[in-house]
Amino acid sequence: MGEMKLFFGPNHPGLHGNFSVHMYVEGDTVIRARPVPGFLHRGFEKLMERRLWYQNLALIPRICVQEPDINEACYAMAIEKIAKVEVPERAQWIRMIVLELARIANHMWAFGGVGGPTGMYTSMYWSVSDRDKVLDLFEELSGARIYHMYIIPGGVRKDFPPNFEEKLVKLLDYIEGRLPEYETFILKNRILHTRLRGIATIDTETCLRIGVTGIGLRATGVPYDIRKVAPYLFYDKVEFDVPTATEGDALARISLKPQEIRQSIRIIRQVLEHMPSGPVNTKIADGNGLRIRVPKGMAYAMVESTRGEYGYLVVSDGEEKPYRVAVRGASYPQGLYGVEHLMPGTRIDDVPIWLDTMGVCAPEIDR
Amino acid sequence: MSEKNECNENNGTKTLQKSFFAPLLGWKALFEKPVTIRVPKEQREAAPRYRGFHINDWEKCIGCGTCSRICPTDAITMVEVPDMKQEYGMKPQRPTIDYGRCSFCGMCVDICTTGSLRMTREYIFYSHNPNDFYYTPTEKGFLKREPSEIKVGWTRDESSELLDLDRILPDTMESPERIDSFVEFVRTYSKEQAMAEAARCVECGICVDRCPQHMQIPEYIKSIWRDNLKDALKWLLKGDENQDNLGANPLSGVCGRVCTHRCEEVCTISHRGEAVAIRWLKRYIVDNVPIEEWNDIVGFDVPEKGNKIAIVGSGPAGLSAGYFLASMGYDVDIYESMNRPGGVMRYGIPRYRLPDEALDKDIAFIESVGVKILTGVAVGRDISFDELKNRYDAIFISTGLTLGRSTRVPGSDHPDVVQALPLLREIRDYLRGEGPEPKISKRVVVIGGGNVAMDIARSLARLQQIKYGEVNVTLTCLERTYEEMPADLEEIEEAMEEGVKINPGWGPKEVVFFPDEDKIKGLKCVKCVEVFDENKRFNPKFDESQVSYFDGDMIIEAIGQAPDYSYLPEEWKSKIQFVGSRILTNNLRQTQIPWLFAGGDIVNGPDIIHGIADGYWAARGIDEYLRNVSSNNSSAN
Repeated sequence: MGEMKLFFGPNHPGLHGNFSVHMYVEGDTVIRARPVPGFLHRGFEKLMERRLWYQNLALIPRICVQEPDINEACYAMAIEKIAKVEVPERAQWIRMIVLELARIANHMWAFGGVGGPTGMYTSMYWSVSDRDKVLDLFEELSGARIYHMYIIPGGVRKDFPPNFEEKLVKLLDYIEGRLPEYETFILKNRILHTRLRGIATIDTETCLRIGVTGIGLRATGVPYDIRKVAPYLFYDKVEFDVPTATEGDALARISLKPQEIRQSIRIIRQVLEHMPSGPVNTKIADGNGLRIRVPKGMAYAMVESTRGEYGYLVVSDGEEKPYRVAVRGASYPQGLYGVEHLMPGTRIDDVPIWLDTMGVCAPEIDR
Repeated sequence: MSEKNECNENNGTKTLQKSFFAPLLGWKALFEKPVTIRVPKEQREAAPRYRGFHINDWEKCIGCGTCSRICPTDAITMVEVPDMKQEYGMKPQRPTIDYGRCSFCGMCVDICTTGSLRMTREYIFYSHNPNDFYYTPTEKGFLKREPSEIKVGWTRDESSELLDLDRILPDTMESPERIDSFVEFVRTYSKEQAMAEAARCVECGICVDRCPQHMQIPEYIKSIWRDNLKDALKWLLKGDENQDNLGANPLSGVCGRVCTHRCEEVCTISHRGEAVAIRWLKRYIVDNVPIEEWNDIVGFDVPEKGNKIAIVGSGPAGLSAGYFLASMGYDVDIYESMNRPGGVMRYGIPRYRLPDEALDKDIAFIESVGVKILTGVAVGRDISFDELKNRYDAIFISTGLTLGRSTRVPGSDHPDVVQALPLLREIRDYLRGEGPEPKISKRVVVIGGGNVAMDIARSLARLQQIKYGEVNVTLTCLERTYEEMPADLEEIEEAMEEGVKINPGWGPKEVVFFPDEDKIKGLKCVKCVEVFDENKRFNPKFDESQVSYFDGDMIIEAIGQAPDYSYLPEEWKSKIQFVGSRILTNNLRQTQIPWLFAGGDIVNGPDIIHGIADGYWAARGIDEYLRNVSSNNSSAN
């Protein structure tokens, strides 16, 4: 039987985001794969050079739709580094809550994601409806469910609304109560095990070679987490563990997610204890929002996203618009190099699992 | 088996060991309410901070357009609203939002200068017609509900504020430091201060509409912010080159110090904070560009037109008209009766507010453009008006208000009851070393509540401090409150800081003398209960039963000035139309005599920037008049 070319995506039920893979198959097995990015290319990085520092806040959350806060945090932290601005303490703690809530929400979403390629639709219904409860809280806090535009250079836009902390604690209790059900019902499900075990295996050496971080790397046994190795905000002041696994396969990656959620809940509970009252933002420069200028300079800020290291390189020439903003999307290595080098050998029906558990996020690759 | 155990220890989920009944766990979901919402039967209420559709309070909105400038997606455009009342500090336009573009970021709300724009918790709307998504927010909201039914969502608060509300003050000498000198006590901005202050402007241009001369304020402030002072100076001295130099101000250095700054009164930032310090920013530009560079930066290159124009009076209006006429290529002579040019700027405003050097800088530039100023030549005395008429093609008169008004109360004919204007003139000449020391009494009473009264009171306070080591100046006026007094509040506050005692609400009754001596003891006043009548006309009413007495051996009258038209021959004067004592002109400051133009205080009342605007319009009027004359002549030939 000869080689055949098949298109996977850009529209496919097992794929989130418009991303395409050209698969060259022999029988059921992929022998060569070419990633085809660009369907979501909207020129974010270039657009940012034409917008004011503040105006970009409406643009950057779109680079990673499910987890917008990491964009806001990286952008803000890079600018603060250039401008040498001290962010008020309360704002930093609030940012940690926002980032951890975003992690929880996104892990939930990933649970839903794995439902499609494996046929485990229960996981999709459960986790997506639970994620919605996190979004409800985001709506209370920032005024929007998805594009929060809440973290700004200098702090956050507004303080907590009334009774927010009680609602947050209630949500954490709820999610914590749900996690055992997820584990029993989804992770211990025979279908899932059969479909995920030994699929899309990756080893430490390959991860490091092509630059995979986050859960992908941790699932191979390396406890690498930006929050630990290069702590930002106040992550050095809270206790949490970095869960790891050794198998490096799809099942290991999915299994790490509830544990990560547990750690996030643990962090938020500590933050709520530590958080002082006070102002929630400070000015990064003189003047109104139209005339903010960031001093000349260049800075890279990174955070641990659910998919790994997420970073912004911001270059300012001292004017009212950025000179250059470059985004390091966390799934860039696995989405491009990974697909090309690691996907061959996979069966056709495992390709969606490969892309999903690797956390390939199309907009952050295309930018 | 051992491998399984290891997995178990690892994370507990790698094994399939679980309860036999575990699959039944999912069944409990059967008894739960669905999480989906069945719109429209069920409605989900948005959070109190929700960034939904906008509402805009039209009573508050001034159409400044700041929302459209911050909008990251260009969703907001400003649309002219027909039949909207036009007034200063407002633009007849309102924001219109394209919900096809809006990203609901809420920055328009956070930067709204008046706080009129807010967001609601409404978020559901559908239509097949794309035009339905264009929406001009009103109080009724996108869904056209009663304002009382609308739930407000995202609003601006202190932490989400995007404006900079606090003004940066220039360094100022404190009152004990400034009281014994005539040194200018407000210092010019440093570069950092000026750039920070310039960064507060939102470029709405409402100030431009208010300025009588329509100076291009947002443009020069932007140039300061970009640290491009040459460009800023060009905006000051050349204005908008595409609009016949509208907005140019040859006396920017003067206006940067003593302008009445109407622009700051309407500044959009002043709705919720302190107005941008437009006046001090203007001064910063003029003070920081060396005069040698001005001609290279501004430089007019126009062919000479050959017509000659005479200007009577070298005050703000005269100098301004001269500058604009010279920049058009006309040959301009300004006649000034005093020894130095500048009029009220030279002889009226005290030196601590407007030093000679600042005025000289502006006048030197005006002269460099080609204006000739003939000082010490009084029209009517040294040269007759008719001779001017014969020598020149057109005449612009801007002789200002030079005569003082008297209270005419009993005893006011005493030589120690003096007029403010001549005394201010003497003081300035004395300080320049060009005149004798004026008589300075130990105790002075000033009558009047305007800026001239403040000027003379504060000048005398300084002279007293220098000469006697203490201040004893009492100021009294008809107006009953500081707000009612015509003087700037700033001036009143500063005068009080310097030790001037201000007693508003008293009308002078008579001058009290020492018995058997021709020496003033003080001023007797009665309570003023009303200054203006129902028709807002000046018609003070007094309560004779309440009497007050102010101690002083010298009384200064500063209750207003009047024009002096004695230089105008009766032949011409009779042809000019007057309104009260002011000359009536058309838009281009042309009187009923075609070749005679007038401007400044004798047309629009005392105000420097109005005078400058008069000069500008008169220059355009004269230009138009002369071009008509020459085209008529050539067609007649």
